[in-house]
Amino acid sequence: MTSTLKAYAIRLFPQVAALVVILLMVSFAFPDFFRLEMQNGRLYGSLIDILNRGAPVALLAIGMTVVIATKGIDLSVGAVMAICGAVAAACITSGYGLVGTLLVTLGTGILCGLWNGVLVAVLDIQPIIATLVLMVAGRGIAQLITEGAILTFNDPGLIFIGSGSLLGLPMPVVIWLVFGLVVSLVVRRTALGMLIEALGVNRRASMLSGVSTGVLLIAAYVLCGLCAAIAGIIAAADIRGADANNAGLWLELDAILAVVVGGNSLLGGRFSIAASLLGALIIQSVNTGILLSGFPPEFNLIIKAAIIVLILVIQSPRAQSAFVFLSRSQGAAPAKTEEEAK
Amino acid sequence: MNPRYFPLAATIAIFIVAYAVCIGQYPNMLSTRVIGNLLTDNAFLGIAAVGMTFVILSGGIDLSIGAVIAFTGVFLAVLLEKTSIHPLVAFALALAITTAFGALMGAIIHHLEMPPFIVTLAGMFLARGMAFVLSIDSIPIKHPFYATLKGIYYKLPGGGRITFIGGLMLVVFAAGILIAHRTRFGANVYALGGGAPTARLMGVPIGRTTILIYALSGFLAGLSGIVFSLYTSAGYSLATVGVELDAIAAVVIGGTLLTGGSGFVAGTLVGILIQGLIQTYITFDGSLSSWWTKILIGLLLFAFILLQKGLIHLTDRRRRHA
Repeated sequence: MTSTLKAYAIRLFPQVAALVVILLMVSFAFPDFFRLEMQNGRLYGSLIDILNRGAPVALLAIGMTVVIATKGIDLSVGAVMAICGAVAAACITSGYGLVGTLLVTLGTGILCGLWNGVLVAVLDIQPIIATLVLMVAGRGIAQLITEGAILTFNDPGLIFIGSGSLLGLPMPVVIWLVFGLVVSLVVRRTALGMLIEALGVNRRASMLSGVSTGVLLIAAYVLCGLCAAIAGIIAAADIRGADANNAGLWLELDAILAVVVGGNSLLGGRFSIAASLLGALIIQSVNTGILLSGFPPEFNLIIKAAIIVLILVIQSPRAQSAFVFLSRSQGAAPAKTEEEAK
Repeated sequence: MNPRYFPLAATIAIFIVAYAVCIGQYPNMLSTRVIGNLLTDNAFLGIAAVGMTFVILSGGIDLSIGAVIAFTGVFLAVLLEKTSIHPLVAFALALAITTAFGALMGAIIHHLEMPPFIVTLAGMFLARGMAFVLSIDSIPIKHPFYATLKGIYYKLPGGGRITFIGGLMLVVFAAGILIAHRTRFGANVYALGGGAPTARLMGVPIGRTTILIYALSGFLAGLSGIVFSLYTSAGYSLATVGVELDAIAAVVIGGTLLTGGSGFVAGTLVGILIQGLIQTYITFDGSLSSWWTKILIGLLLFAFILLQKGLIHLTDRRRRHA
């Protein structure tokens, strides 16, 4: 057990360190950054704000991690968020009740994921292209549902999901923490996670060794659709309306970025959902930090680009072989003694 | 018929049928005015799509072009507002920057061996961010030279006009077709799209070709930005969001295989015209909402992906039997 914990610590160290450094840097520019206040049974403060604002990207990152682990990618999550937000608003305004609305909306997300999954697994289309179809058409479909307007609603139950609080934490934070934990446990406490990694490394080999790759692939995209649906509900509940044009706009790119910042390879294989969630928090900390420290928000995108390039350089096969080469030529002898000591 | 030509033939057939249906409903759509506007309105998209065709033919993807177009527009507007240099010099500067930017992305893709998708995503953030840093306002361009360029047109019989930018798009397409099919670089692009290891064994300079492809895409995105600034007479950092998707859609509808190695630059022109036709039809109809454009393009995209899958399946079977 301690060895797994140690493995976790080593795996998550770069992300945690990056997050801490960013938070410290922001706190230099904005001294009140770490202050938390309890008001009306809910915590307030910049840290809570980061957790809360980062909820949609964190949720999307959970599904995106699994899809990327299968060597795929899902470009449609932003559009699916818009569709699901529109469906939720349309259902609640036409009197389906809260439970019915949530069921229909989550079902819509699953259906979108199923569509992507079937295109990828059954029709064998490249994931980028397969999900591009829904990305292009999705916003049109969402507009069709809202009939071009911004559908507003004032159902207290649905609004609670966006701005209510549970145990002192805002509802979106509770949702993504719980959902992330559940998905992590499901993939890590069963063989599912390993099978997904096998599928991502070599689909044909894992199929030949008896893994039902088709079902697994479809399930990954369905999970991604489900995450997008939850994120869509939160985004709609937050503004008390469904905005088909702007809900989830470009969030697919942020979600992919979160997964990459989390140190997961875009080429599939080993994955860590916790690392992706940390990645999402890093992105949100950068966003919030830039706003708080008084930089013009225009620099946001440039900093994001710099982060991507930095990670690309670190992750690139050439840099890694250079690392291996350096560590071998310099630390060959100590590494050996360490092994002997064990 | 060679199965290589099926997707192109299908695209052209769809365009002709769709145009015939449109004319059947609104006879006015036959006029040369509509055709002239079709070219002018889609000029910037078409020029960027030529670059995208080369990138996709080589098996890559370029997500940065929309941001590069916006950056070029803002760059030109700021330069013409703050300094007194001639627009032609500003054009040359803008093209040099965007070409170097594309070449840099190509170099990163080749030397760091990273997927083009994520590298050009970083490029997209960077270009959009630079545009924001230059200015977050929409800046009008009032230079008299712009008015001169906008005044140039060739009058078609029937009152239609091929404007300067519409004509420029046709020239770029002609040049693209020549480069793709009549130069060594074009052959290298097709070879690279067929598979990098095979191309290397054939003696294709992979690194140089990759860098040139993305430099070309950057150059054409810059040119498209110039055309867009002529079209709107302004520079705005939030303009042309998502143009890369329209360009990719046009390339795929034009019959180019998204895995690379097969397709035609000419097909992309038809793909652009189909998208423009859908928009024109919606304008003529007046009651349909513009979001139908997105849904129809999505459906067309899906249909063409299926068609390509079917064709690959067919040729595979034929090869196995042969």
